Amino acid sequence: MLAMEYRGPKRVRAVQKPMPEIKHPQDAIVRVLRTCICGSDLHLYNGNVPDTRVGSTFGHEFVGEIVEVGTEVTKVKVGDRVIVPFNIACGECHFCRQGMFGNCHESNTESTAVGAIFGYSHTAGGFNGGQAEYCRVPYANVGPTILPEGMDLDDAVLLTDVVPTGYQAAEMAGIQTGDTVVVFGAGPIGIMAARCAWLFGAGRVIIIDQEDYRLEFARNYSYCEAYNFNEIGDPVVFIKKITDWLGADCVIDAVGAEAAGNALQTLTGRKLLLQAGSATALHWAINSVKKGGVVSIVGVYGPTDNLVPIGNMMNKGLTMRGNQTSVKRLLPRLIEHVQNGVLNPKGLITHRLPLEEVADGYRIFSGKMDNCIKTVLMPPTANQ
Amino acid sequence: MENHNVINTPIDPKKIKGWGIDADPKNDPTYPMRNRMNISQDPDFKHRPKSLQPEDTEVLRSIERPNVSAVFGTPEPPTGLSGLIRRFAFQFSENQYPHWLPLLLADRVNVVEGVVDDLVHGHIPNIFAEKGYKAEWKHSPQTLVLKMAAFTAVTAGTILWLSSGNKKKKPVKRSRY
Ligand SMILES: [Zn+2]
Ligand SMILES: [Zn+2]
Repeated sequence: MLAMEYRGPKRVRAVQKPMPEIKHPQDAIVRVLRTCICGSDLHLYNGNVPDTRVGSTFGHEFVGEIVEVGTEVTKVKVGDRVIVPFNIACGECHFCRQGMFGNCHESNTESTAVGAIFGYSHTAGGFNGGQAEYCRVPYANVGPTILPEGMDLDDAVLLTDVVPTGYQAAEMAGIQTGDTVVVFGAGPIGIMAARCAWLFGAGRVIIIDQEDYRLEFARNYSYCEAYNFNEIGDPVVFIKKITDWLGADCVIDAVGAEAAGNALQTLTGRKLLLQAGSATALHWAINSVKKGGVVSIVGVYGPTDNLVPIGNMMNKGLTMRGNQTSVKRLLPRLIEHVQNGVLNPKGLITHRLPLEEVADGYRIFSGKMDNCIKTVLMPPTANQ
Repeated sequence: MENHNVINTPIDPKKIKGWGIDADPKNDPTYPMRNRMNISQDPDFKHRPKSLQPEDTEVLRSIERPNVSAVFGTPEPPTGLSGLIRRFAFQFSENQYPHWLPLLLADRVNVVEGVVDDLVHGHIPNIFAEKGYKAEWKHSPQTLVLKMAAFTAVTAGTILWLSSGNKKKKPVKRSRY
């Protein structure tokens, strides 16, 4: 089967690989119909996530058709079309039973801080991902959700990560009616978080980025104010100024470790690797939120070390929350939102490429070329 | 001291005067993410799925968990030099630099192993295609031209420097910070 394959920093290709096999009685094999390149794939692509092994296949956002099931699979059958949440969760452990499917304890042997994620390095369990014609899906009774009648595959594939993560970012921000919400990062997640902030009753939504085309997109898609941080001076001062010098009620960090905008952070975090990526967005979030406010983090940061203004967090009485999104917990509500026309996920898709051109897809997305917001990859077998 | 057990005898909090009198279930910043379920309320906390994936391949395991998770990924088991480094890294907990830094080093070594492996199998990696330069040429040719120019300059400079030899060896400047 054809699959994307990592060869080293900024080097990927499409190659023939052996078909995935059932390894556990609750496994299923899924024929991939749509898969996306995600902003967090860029951390892998750039070689910043420890234990990303040469030869691995990325892709945690995919939908497909079940083609084979293990002996203990009862909830889905061959022929079903399914939305596959990006987290791999057993549904039975201490954490899964609390709805924390993003923190499952029975899917990732190699680290305890993060649950397992399809195609996201051995640190996240060492599973191959869905940027391929076929993918092994463990715990097929838990994650995969049968595609609702009439749902567009393009909408469905964004329900695997982008929509739930944007939604949970807004949820974790603890938005109260009328709150001013600032979102750092106008990538797909940031745009979706800004859109979802309104669903929680925000009174004002502001998004900050440095790419004009993304800001323009966010303005239209999320009905929010959008500012380029290269034009507003210090973004922290700017946010204070436009919020009566108090700061925002809630701030969402939808950037993570690849942040631009601060030379020192870029040097220490991204060039010298003295910290796990640059924490610019997190600095801005902690410093621009109102005292007593909430910082919600969905941007991916590397393990262990970040030079983060934790003292300000304490002095300002902040609540900080972050997590990998528990897709399964949110799916029923979000499917409703899509079906009722409250959310229009496929509106984010700007690019569609055959899987064979995966290297170009990564280059376009990582280089923010051609006004790219979200790229869908089409495996050759998807059209059968 | 006879007892070297680092875990002290647990205290029964119910015997502490005033224990729990100000407990307020609403005082929970994690709402609605987390249902309150402490181990004491969850006798089933050690529950494991009834089937475990057979360990038929080498799988590295965090020392912060007692057992291998019920399912795990099997591709790219540790091999070669990078595999040795990874095995070394997994002797340390996720709390320690000797866990993460060697893994990053192993990833770099693994890239070289990947190129060697390609060549051994008679495949010359098409770096231009793997880096997606076709797309860059189409959408952002000026960036690509700049990159190529810089690459050429560095390569030419290196060749010049190497071919000039070490004849005029400059005294090495030493400085302490
Ligand atoms: Zn994603
Ligand atoms: Zn679980």
